[in-house]
Amino acid sequence: MASATETGRQATAAPAPRPPAIELRGISKSFGAVQANKDISIRVRPGTIHGIVGENGAGKSTLMSILYGFYRADAGEILIDGRPTVIPDSQSAIRAGIGMVFQHFKLVPNFSVLENVILGAEDGALLRPSLAKARKTLADLARDYELDVDPDALVEELSVGHQQRVEILKALYRHADILILDEPTGVLTPDEADHLFRILRGLKAQGKTILLITHKLREIMEITDEVSVMRRGEMVATVTTADTSPEQLAELMVGRKVLLHVPKGPANPGREVLRVSDLHVTDALGVERLKGINLTIRAGEILGIAGVAGNGQSELLQVLGGFAKGTVSGMIAVEGAQIPAAGKGATGQTRRQIGISHVPEDRHHLGLILDFAAWENIAFGYHSAPEYQANALFMDNDAILRDTEGKMDRFDVRPPDPSLPAKSFSGGNQQKIVLAREIERNPVLLLVGQPTRGVDIGAIEFIHRRIVELRDAGAAVLLVSVELDEILSLSDRIAVMFDGQIMGERLPAETNERELGLLMAGVARTAGAA
Amino acid sequence: MEKLPAWADLVLVPLISLALAALISALVVLGIGGDPIEAVSVMVKGALGSAYGWGYTLYYTTSFIFTGLAVTVAYHASQFNIGGEGQAQLGGLGVALVLLAVDWPHWSVALLAASLGAAAFGAAWAAIPAWLQAKRGSHIVITTIMFNYIAAALIVYLLVEVLRPVGQMDPATAHFPASAHLPSFGEIPGLSLVFSKQVPVNVSFFLSIAACFAVWVLLWRTRLGYEIRAFGKSETAAVYAGISPTRVIVVSMLISGALAGLMAVNNVMGESERLLQNASEGAGFIGIAVALMGRNHPLGVFLAALLFGFLYQGGAEMGLWTTIPIELRTLLQGLVILFTGALDTMVRMMLVPLFRAAPMKRIGGAA
Repeated sequence: MASATETGRQATAAPAPRPPAIELRGISKSFGAVQANKDISIRVRPGTIHGIVGENGAGKSTLMSILYGFYRADAGEILIDGRPTVIPDSQSAIRAGIGMVFQHFKLVPNFSVLENVILGAEDGALLRPSLAKARKTLADLARDYELDVDPDALVEELSVGHQQRVEILKALYRHADILILDEPTGVLTPDEADHLFRILRGLKAQGKTILLITHKLREIMEITDEVSVMRRGEMVATVTTADTSPEQLAELMVGRKVLLHVPKGPANPGREVLRVSDLHVTDALGVERLKGINLTIRAGEILGIAGVAGNGQSELLQVLGGFAKGTVSGMIAVEGAQIPAAGKGATGQTRRQIGISHVPEDRHHLGLILDFAAWENIAFGYHSAPEYQANALFMDNDAILRDTEGKMDRFDVRPPDPSLPAKSFSGGNQQKIVLAREIERNPVLLLVGQPTRGVDIGAIEFIHRRIVELRDAGAAVLLVSVELDEILSLSDRIAVMFDGQIMGERLPAETNERELGLLMAGVARTAGAA
Repeated sequence: MEKLPAWADLVLVPLISLALAALISALVVLGIGGDPIEAVSVMVKGALGSAYGWGYTLYYTTSFIFTGLAVTVAYHASQFNIGGEGQAQLGGLGVALVLLAVDWPHWSVALLAASLGAAAFGAAWAAIPAWLQAKRGSHIVITTIMFNYIAAALIVYLLVEVLRPVGQMDPATAHFPASAHLPSFGEIPGLSLVFSKQVPVNVSFFLSIAACFAVWVLLWRTRLGYEIRAFGKSETAAVYAGISPTRVIVVSMLISGALAGLMAVNNVMGESERLLQNASEGAGFIGIAVALMGRNHPLGVFLAALLFGFLYQGGAEMGLWTTIPIELRTLLQGLVILFTGALDTMVRMMLVPLFRAAPMKRIGGAA
């Protein structure tokens, strides 16, 4: 119902030249001394998909939060459909026809889809009429936009892709004409992302306006009509997508030329460094997270593990890093010597002693102590190293400081101030601190999880270079990433994980995103078995 | 939340919190028909106006430093040790057993032995909750509170049934031998020129200062302190780095319990010179407030302990010399804890706009 009336209204409005769906004029916003948005102006044409790209901290999220009423701009004007609009809170944003799909969904897991959709938009005190109305609306929306979701399913039982559809349905149910999506494909398989894009194209065809915030330039090129680039709080350009290229966008984002793919020579695999046989991990709830993993990595090669997040990659890194949770069985050997997979002899310390370094997936909760100064973080995990001790009793803080200065210099950490707490560095610089700490130990085996998650484009190139250099120096590297681009450009071999198993191994030159995507979705094995 | 300049955070916020607590206390005093100005002057004169007053203020300060440090060490390992009270009472038991066991040749030897006894008993009393937390996940707040009650009951039992000398009426141990008498400030050459009267503050005050320094060194200069702080900030990251949670929880709680236990050197060995029932008199709980207000830093703990020592002694004087009841001391302490501990976020929020507005006005003025 809702969508039909919306469409009707737009159809009658169509003949006259329509004003921009969103127009921002001179939006500025400061947090203390930091100016997150500087005099931002943008016009988003109605019925288009408009991309917004920029590095972390470029001010994209602040701008969207202003548009959705979470923050109020210090200066500037918002026009929706040509009308000046004040958006003091999210309710006003919804009334103005703006819907937002957050990167981290705002759903109640133990509510059904229908209950989630009407939450906050109930008509009256009794739920039954609202639910009935929502059920009908959802059926219409599902038909019109390929937005099929079982209305009675509990949200917690839905896949991530379906949960995202519920978020979109919520926005449409509230008559959103303008849909803002923040990094929508971060958690999706390539197939799910394709489906999402079909949905977005369908919405566009019905006259909806879509703002897509993403750091994936490929997606921008694939689906947007126009794209705006932000850098350091400013809007540096708005271009027609057809007239630009990923290289140009990257350059606009960073302010200098960027290599999207680090050049790398062929691998020279040497002796076997890591062998994992029949590795099983069962978590505290009794769910089997790893179901018999077998893999080997040789010196001087990068094994990339592709897969959608949550298919056992984290557990694999945890076991190898010496902090597995739950019950572990199986064999792990490093340079021919078997090491304990779990239990007393398997700690972060013992792993480091035999030359395993680990750049963890989650630098905020694992890799760094955010409240600690950079120099304290450089010692983290290596705080027992002899060079950091003054004597039997005391640590040599000066030695750590000096070491940190050197590492910050060699890894181009900015600002190069060892006494700043880790939390005040940008994502890319935080990751460089972790990398400097782990790589400069010259490990025989480097475990790397999501090395460039939340990292600026400029820093990605640097980080990739360092990983390849370590490989060329003869280290074995296990790379876990949900970014297929990253897996394809860095790996010498690719293993795809799905549901705690390795679905298959491929050579990067002999595969493509399509095939890997199918393996990631667990399709290949089923097809092969049938 | 937005940040304030460091000096505002460390100095201005606590001072405003204190002023607010004092203001409300003054209103209460007015409400019950007292004279707040008289109350303040009696407090200041009684606690700080004479060497005699200082002798009591510093005596209380000594106890609060130990219990404040105990809370601080545990806090850095993200363990909330509410059991300082029980640990301090057990520390008293340790002191009593050590001092009654042998005839000590000199007070300095006795002090060393009593300190070890106090620390060992305090640590032992913290060990069980620590182990339960580390191995069984029993919440340390609950277990340490329960252990306070168990400690009180245990001490009463021991005093009544075991340690009470035959023929003595009150539940207490025998007096400690005279050779174990700790010199008070009135008996220390040099200091005795200032502290002419008999005052309870004694050499253990210097022990508490040394403990402040030792805790600072432990937390910020040793590997153990590094591991404690890292674990306290992020348990998941600590595990990634190979830091054992069990070890950090147990060791930090042992140190915490030992510090709480050490308080007994001041009150049991230095003042009463025998173990009495409820010897710690709530100092274990005041330690929580001291650590909170001192921002879990030894220097802050020292300053906060001084403040609470003043409140404690000044409040007693107020109860003695004015018509205002001594219970008001508890109210004042409660308000100080409320404002400096629980409501300092509120004070900070009130200050943030002021600090944000200041630089902007400057820009506006220039333009």
